[in-house]
Amino acid sequence: MLTVTGLCKTLPGVRALSEVDFTARAGEVHALVGENGAGKSTLIKVLTGVYQPDAGEMTHDGAPVRFATPSQAQQAGISTIYQEVNLVPLMSVARNLFLGREPRGRLGLIDFRRMHREAEETLRGLGIRVDVRRPLRELGVGAQQMIALARAVAVDARVLIMDEPTSSLEPREVRTLFGVIRTLRERGIAVVYVSHRMDELYEICDAVTVLRDGRVVHTGPLAELDRLRLVALMLGREIGEVRREGLTKFTGSRDTTAPPVLVAENLRVRQRLHDVSVSLRPGEVVGLGGLLGSGRSETAKAVAGALPVDGGRIVVAGEPVRGGSTAAAIRAGVSLLPEDRKTEGIVPGLSVRENIALAALPGLSRFGLVDDARVDRIVDTFMKRLRIKAAGPHQKVGELSGGNQQKVLLARWLALHPKVLLLDEPTRGIDVGAKAEVQALVDELADDGLAVLLISSDTEELIEGSDRVVVLKDGAVVRELTGDAVTEEELMRAIAAVPAGGHDD
Amino acid sequence: MTELSLARGTVDRDRALRLLQDYGVYGGVVVLLLFNFVFTPHFASAENFRTQAVQVAPVLIVALGMALAIGTEGVDLSVGSVMALSTSLLSLYLGYGPWVATLIAVAGGVVSGAASGALVAFVGVQPIVATLSLMVAARGLALVLLPQLKDVHDPGLTALGSGDALGIPYLVLIAAALALLLAFVMRRSTFGRQLLAIGDSRPAARLSGLPVRRVLVVAYVCSGALAAIAGVLATARLTASDPTSLGTLMELSAITAVVVGGTPLGGGRVRVGGTVAGAVLIQLLTTTLIKHDLPPSWTQIAQAVVIVGAVYAARERGRR
Repeated sequence: MLTVTGLCKTLPGVRALSEVDFTARAGEVHALVGENGAGKSTLIKVLTGVYQPDAGEMTHDGAPVRFATPSQAQQAGISTIYQEVNLVPLMSVARNLFLGREPRGRLGLIDFRRMHREAEETLRGLGIRVDVRRPLRELGVGAQQMIALARAVAVDARVLIMDEPTSSLEPREVRTLFGVIRTLRERGIAVVYVSHRMDELYEICDAVTVLRDGRVVHTGPLAELDRLRLVALMLGREIGEVRREGLTKFTGSRDTTAPPVLVAENLRVRQRLHDVSVSLRPGEVVGLGGLLGSGRSETAKAVAGALPVDGGRIVVAGEPVRGGSTAAAIRAGVSLLPEDRKTEGIVPGLSVRENIALAALPGLSRFGLVDDARVDRIVDTFMKRLRIKAAGPHQKVGELSGGNQQKVLLARWLALHPKVLLLDEPTRGIDVGAKAEVQALVDELADDGLAVLLISSDTEELIEGSDRVVVLKDGAVVRELTGDAVTEEELMRAIAAVPAGGHDD
Repeated sequence: MTELSLARGTVDRDRALRLLQDYGVYGGVVVLLLFNFVFTPHFASAENFRTQAVQVAPVLIVALGMALAIGTEGVDLSVGSVMALSTSLLSLYLGYGPWVATLIAVAGGVVSGAASGALVAFVGVQPIVATLSLMVAARGLALVLLPQLKDVHDPGLTALGSGDALGIPYLVLIAAALALLLAFVMRRSTFGRQLLAIGDSRPAARLSGLPVRRVLVVAYVCSGALAAIAGVLATARLTASDPTSLGTLMELSAITAVVVGGTPLGGGRVRVGGTVAGAVLIQLLTTTLIKHDLPPSWTQIAQAVVIVGAVYAARERGRR
């Protein structure tokens, strides 16, 4: 149906896609998987005309095509359903379904009766039962997504691309969605399905293409690929591969008998975390393993007070900490290095100096006035200790390289003398040299008695850096690896494990 | 013309733009001054400077508060109405003496600012909507308190409005003192630093544990208080309270001064010196055109040109 061959696309700074071949066949649900930065979204954007490929051929229905704009792709019958529904919430279901192609009466006015009838027929054909006269926003997210699907089908989509459609759905809604997808498959529509949920992939998909670092590493029928193998392909690790010691800058494990400094129990966040418990001892590095979307970042954010929790308890050094307040968490000694450095970490317009001092300011001032001499001393200390390369303390942080920005953020937190440091992807997007420095620093900090929670999509970094690894899947802890079990193979087994019967998803 | 040199070196162009944005407003002031010295009769007189300075003082004070609000990535549209509220309160409580009345007027501004700040920080209303509601409410309240123009006869206030120290009018001294105070606060206090961080990247500020809500409320309270002070000074100068017209369109003049002064509307930066120069620039522009007998419509067009120029420079800077 839709085929691309030899697709290449370079985005500023990265080779997002190189020599990618991909085929979506009629009547097939094709899973597109890969970790962050693997090139999934770039591929989707090329398929839907948002990006222009640098090289490569695209054929649709046997004829070569080239989409200059998203609307051209849509006219050719390629529809995309994004995570966020993009319809008009205040209009009725029927109007959304027929937006832009409403049935007209004799005077050129909308023939509402016909529109409602046809809308009902379309939806019934897909097994969706809603009152088409109701405004769209009164429906649940799942139902809205279904309407978006129905709309895509109604505009004669031949290829349907779904980008993590289930990420905000309830289990029951997922069932309905899958029902609709099966109907579409029977009608001969090619479905491209992007998701990280292993169970869903095996339930609904026929074929799979695995992307990693912009290349296709595997493509073929899903049934022939077992779970463990799929996880290994996504993470880029071979099963049974000999562990190469000393590739990362981490050293061995540490004493694990001290009482924990951080205890997080039964953290619950609707649809994101289900009773996640983690504890950290001083001087210990605990890794959070799992695939993208498994709840790793959410766990870290919940502990740091940046994500309001619906339930659970956080205790730092014996004192309970109020959830949902970063200020309270910071006072208790918990600091979070956020995953998204650019939007949640640095303050780009301020200088290196101001960025480092930012969180520690109240402690560095008297009567509301900043003690500049003390700030200068601290900034100087950390710039030397972390070897931050900048033109000087007054250079804007936005102008620094990724690695140096990350070091500035680390300095911001270390200036607070935290007890617990939560590192969410500390080495993502920074160059090799800075990566090694950050890894060595994490080790050094743990040796100094800091408790570190490490999240990393780089399996090697996670395994070698952590003393223990807590494995998450779909927002719940599935296993904890300790001692000799802290290996890549065990991690992959834990991620790939088929859930036991009573799983809540 | 700059488009042609684009291919040659973007570095030079970047630097030129940065200089233009950082010092353009001061350059504009100097150019206008020189122009007037040469071409405008009777411009270089103490009396003229005095008039200009007294006229610019209230706008300047309001613009300082506006700069704070804009620095948080917000805006305060209620400043003009707060001036009106301030003048009403002032004449209403003048019986208790000018000091008490002034305090009450400023307190009115503080309450109004706290209200818009709370709407922005706690309820999460967009600043433009929150302060718009206060703009309507404060003007309404001002008119309820004092339905029409009323003369203000108080020797203390008259002295404030037209007196001077060492030849410099009190109004100008107060405006200068407030500008210096604000510059000090922005440079040296934790509040100033936190405000800039919040304006630049709110998620980062929140994750760093900054008191985001408190800083937002305080910023709007300062804006309200400064507008109220401007209201008191304007009343003292006019020796009359006119809640119907005092401060109308003041929010636009203040925003103009701030933007022309190089403070980006996207927040994260507050240029106190630039704001002062921006207010002075607009004042000089108006005067120049009036003194050369051009109709008022020309003044507005000239202002528009200056604003577009300032925004253009800021935009180029932001894309860097």
